[in-house]
Amino acid sequence: MSIQEFVAPDSLSEAKGFLSDGAAASVLAGGTDLLVGVRLGTRNPERVVDLKKIPELTAINIDAEAVHIGAAASAFSILHDSDVPSFFPGFAEALDLIGSTQIQGRCSAGGNLCNASPAADSIPALIANGAQCLITGPGGDHQMPVEDFVVGPSKNALKEGELLVSLILPRPSSQTADAYLRLTPRTEMDIAVAGVGVSLTLDGDGTCTAARVSIGAVAPTALLVEAAGAALVGTQLDAAAIEAAVAAARQSACPISDKRGTSEYRTHVVGVLVARAIAQARRRIVEAVS
Amino acid sequence: MDSGAYSGNPASFPAFMATACYKLTDARSTGRAVYTNKPKIHAYRAPSVPQVTLGFELAMTELAAELGMDPLAFRLKNAVEEGDVNMMGAPYNRIGLRECLEVASAHAHYKAPVAEGEGRGVAAGYWINAGLQSSATLNVLSDGHLSILTGSPDIGGSRASMALMAAEVLGIPFEHIHPQIAATDAVGHCDVTGGSRTTLATGQAVIQAAEQCVAEMCRRAAAEWEVEAGVVTWSQGAAHYGEQSLTFEALARRAGTMGGPLTFSSSLTASSAAPSFGVHICDAKVDKETGRTTITRYTTIQDAGKAIHPAYVEGQMQGGAAQGIGWALNEEYLYDENGVLQNPGFLDYRIPVASDLPFIDTVIVEVPNPLHPFGVKGVGEVPIVPPMPAVAEAVYQSAGVRLREMPLNPPKIVAALQEQ
Repeated sequence: MSIQEFVAPDSLSEAKGFLSDGAAASVLAGGTDLLVGVRLGTRNPERVVDLKKIPELTAINIDAEAVHIGAAASAFSILHDSDVPSFFPGFAEALDLIGSTQIQGRCSAGGNLCNASPAADSIPALIANGAQCLITGPGGDHQMPVEDFVVGPSKNALKEGELLVSLILPRPSSQTADAYLRLTPRTEMDIAVAGVGVSLTLDGDGTCTAARVSIGAVAPTALLVEAAGAALVGTQLDAAAIEAAVAAARQSACPISDKRGTSEYRTHVVGVLVARAIAQARRRIVEAVS
Repeated sequence: MDSGAYSGNPASFPAFMATACYKLTDARSTGRAVYTNKPKIHAYRAPSVPQVTLGFELAMTELAAELGMDPLAFRLKNAVEEGDVNMMGAPYNRIGLRECLEVASAHAHYKAPVAEGEGRGVAAGYWINAGLQSSATLNVLSDGHLSILTGSPDIGGSRASMALMAAEVLGIPFEHIHPQIAATDAVGHCDVTGGSRTTLATGQAVIQAAEQCVAEMCRRAAAEWEVEAGVVTWSQGAAHYGEQSLTFEALARRAGTMGGPLTFSSSLTASSAAPSFGVHICDAKVDKETGRTTITRYTTIQDAGKAIHPAYVEGQMQGGAAQGIGWALNEEYLYDENGVLQNPGFLDYRIPVASDLPFIDTVIVEVPNPLHPFGVKGVGEVPIVPPMPAVAEAVYQSAGVRLREMPLNPPKIVAALQEQ
């Protein structure tokens, strides 16, 4: 283990200082990936900057426009100490699929995003909900859509000295619901072979007016499949529309074959999950209305 | 059988064990070890027998279907019983396969209709069980308690079984007995904890040492009462003669003035081993779109001879079933083209987690082993023998495709369904 220094700043400005003085620093927003990486020898930070003591980074605020989730807020606090699950049940399902209860007590949605695993569960759910990343750094603050934040396996768009502050999810409009489904051979304690996040908006007679479909674990990064959403908008979510969305998702998928599944299987099953996630999101809308 | 790069492959015996449930008049088995550039293999819970049983039991199921017979009735019609001879050449003593099959046929699980979309499989299994060498030392403590020392590491509850058997012989409370596993050079020789032999063989050494203890305590009581040792009886933890009695505790406390410390050892090469049989019933539902299999109901029935500690026997039955289900559905070693193992950890070597399994129901059948003082047969290994063919048949019945390769993981099932 090469860690020379562990710091736990209690302000954002202090944290930014620790990240921009040239030391090889890694942030710890839970540590459920970082510490495993250090033990395996794949991560070798000289300095670890614990973000859990910084109030803005663990806060969860809901205002008139959006839900703001601090990047280091634990999955457990999002799931059990906030109203986030009532706004985004699919995103909550994605978080609840990560690890175990013990892991969820430490891990964070921001950390899951920054870790940038192609198989991360929360990322397709964030993309489906149109989430934005609030980033701070030497050049000030700026925002970026989640689908642009991950640029490759284990690679994110943060530049030297930058830090993810929070995730901003626009409040869902009326008759809107999300869903997240993943396929793992086991029921839990497993890594997605494929994952799908969907958000739908329906009008009064059940016509889809907005749709976002995101797929995970079937490409180097989670993808927003715009063609799949477009195939649904303007339809009653009939079989042909769903089949078109499924086809678009399979078209976008470019998975590898590895120990967790073959390329053919991943491409097949991501389509199955798209159809099921659409059905689940629609069911949520219909049940909320009735 | 894939032997890895080193010798030690047990390919010679699984073939006969896979057929050992049935009356075969003409049989020959051939085992072939294939050396590959893979890690060394080693014995693990009924080594190699589940793999061969998978093929043989599925053949039995397919034969029954071909004949239009119930798969349990077909097995019962062909099941071995006392006096039958398997490929090893020795006749069976009192065995419990027929009883297990009868219990399975009458079980509520088997009587229940198969749920819509699900499939059901059954399979039987055999494991030979070992005897081998064991030793035990009993020390009567001055407070009336007893310590038991053996050299058999406890991997499934055997210490509690040792204490129960000593308590049975001595008639003293279980709680007063303290079983311990001592270092190799601190106790008489014990062979490996394996072969489902510990409760049988090390237990028999404990029983014999406890019987020596009873005999010595009766002799001391007789001396105290100035009567012949032969007229003193032992029951309910005490020596008795007429109106007089001396308890285990009293004899322990007064040992120093009645002949000295009470320590008893027994060593033996157990010739009491008897085979175990099990029958499993599995219901499964295959999601035909994703290829995922859910085990919806599972029942294990097993002849334990005599279950010394029934809860631990059930634990062995459930544990073996859980491991076998894991083998059937997801566990496998994945090697790259250079022979390097790709999944050396439990994240990607997918043993089942608790939520992957239903409650595993157990029925202990007791057909006592006539060669063992308490009727014990081994219980630890046979539970892993039937799961793979039982699960494979249930998957076939649910999915409608027959796979000939384990594990029955989602990509394989989807590929087979697409080929159909």
